[in-house]
Amino acid sequence: MNKLKLFLPVIIFFVLAVFMWRGLYLDSRTLPSVLIDRPLPEFQLRSLELGDQLVSTADLPDEPFILNIWGSYCLPCLQENPIFMAAKEQQIIPIIGLNYKDRDDAARNWLEINGNPFELNIIDDSGRYGIDLGVYGAPETFLVDANGVIRFKHIGVINYQIWEDEIMPAIAAVRAGGDS
Amino acid sequence: MKGITQFFSLGIVCVLVFLASSVSSTFAQVDVYDFETVEQEQRFRQLSNEFRCPMCQNANLSSSPGGVAADLRREIYRMIIEGQTDTQIEEFMLSRYGDFVLYRPRLTAQTLLLWFGPFLFLLAGAWIGWNVIRNSANKKPSTGQASGSGAVANSTHAVADVVISAEERNRLNRLLAENDLHTNANDNTGR
Repeated sequence: MNKLKLFLPVIIFFVLAVFMWRGLYLDSRTLPSVLIDRPLPEFQLRSLELGDQLVSTADLPDEPFILNIWGSYCLPCLQENPIFMAAKEQQIIPIIGLNYKDRDDAARNWLEINGNPFELNIIDDSGRYGIDLGVYGAPETFLVDANGVIRFKHIGVINYQIWEDEIMPAIAAVRAGGDS
Repeated sequence: MKGITQFFSLGIVCVLVFLASSVSSTFAQVDVYDFETVEQEQRFRQLSNEFRCPMCQNANLSSSPGGVAADLRREIYRMIIEGQTDTQIEEFMLSRYGDFVLYRPRLTAQTLLLWFGPFLFLLAGAWIGWNVIRNSANKKPSTGQASGSGAVANSTHAVADVVISAEERNRLNRLLAENDLHTNANDNTGR
């Protein structure tokens, strides 16, 4: 018992060290999404392409697709754009844009300058639909399966490594899940 | 007695630090919303103080300048005007942003330790404190004897303070005896 007492400070040190070591690698900035495995929330919104005609979930692809939250004010979105452009060129997966809290003219201008990888750009200028999606800032990226169920979410910028290591496997998993 | 006083003064310092940290100033964002009743306004204040901003993370909705915080305040306002209950509004927030938005976590199996962990630490602290006091109380009698035997004993205060077990005393006697033998042996060879 006395021996144990002697080692108590060392034991306490190791317990604290383990917790703090883990704490170093905890990412508190990305929230786990509660919408995974839930259907994409319904919406009735304008789009950049179709003028005043409202679009809804019925207008979305019948196959797995990526839903990317972007805005012309968003610098990381600029960084993601070439990756999405390449994905469009190689026809990897349809990409739908959600133009989040932006101005229509600024968004159109941005797409013209940087290229438009999106099949459809849904306009959420008020940010109301973003709230339904649990979005808290562009860029965020959802992967939706053929049944319209959200299967994967990435918060923050997608670079080439994240695309290869996380997005592509997630797409493969969603496609495999859809077949079975 | 000294141990007890130290223990309690440490306790008082802890309580003061806790109180000081719980008094924090908030910098409320100013929204222009018209409420029908004072009660609605109070609920709005309370709710936007209790939800955490998902973007700024260390601010509540009422103090966060973030865009999404303003949107969420607007939603809370809308729901209050529509006559939704606090529980419904909390459900709205939870179904979109998860437990993260609650500054007051729900009591679930996962949060048990979060809620009751501090009491475990309090118990552990009390146990340690109790032991410290008991040990210092046990030492009292020997100190008393030392000071009781006059001024000469006072100078050897530190020595008198050391409590040794019977086993240790035996070992000490044995060592002293051995030492005596050695000194005698050395003396013999010296001659």
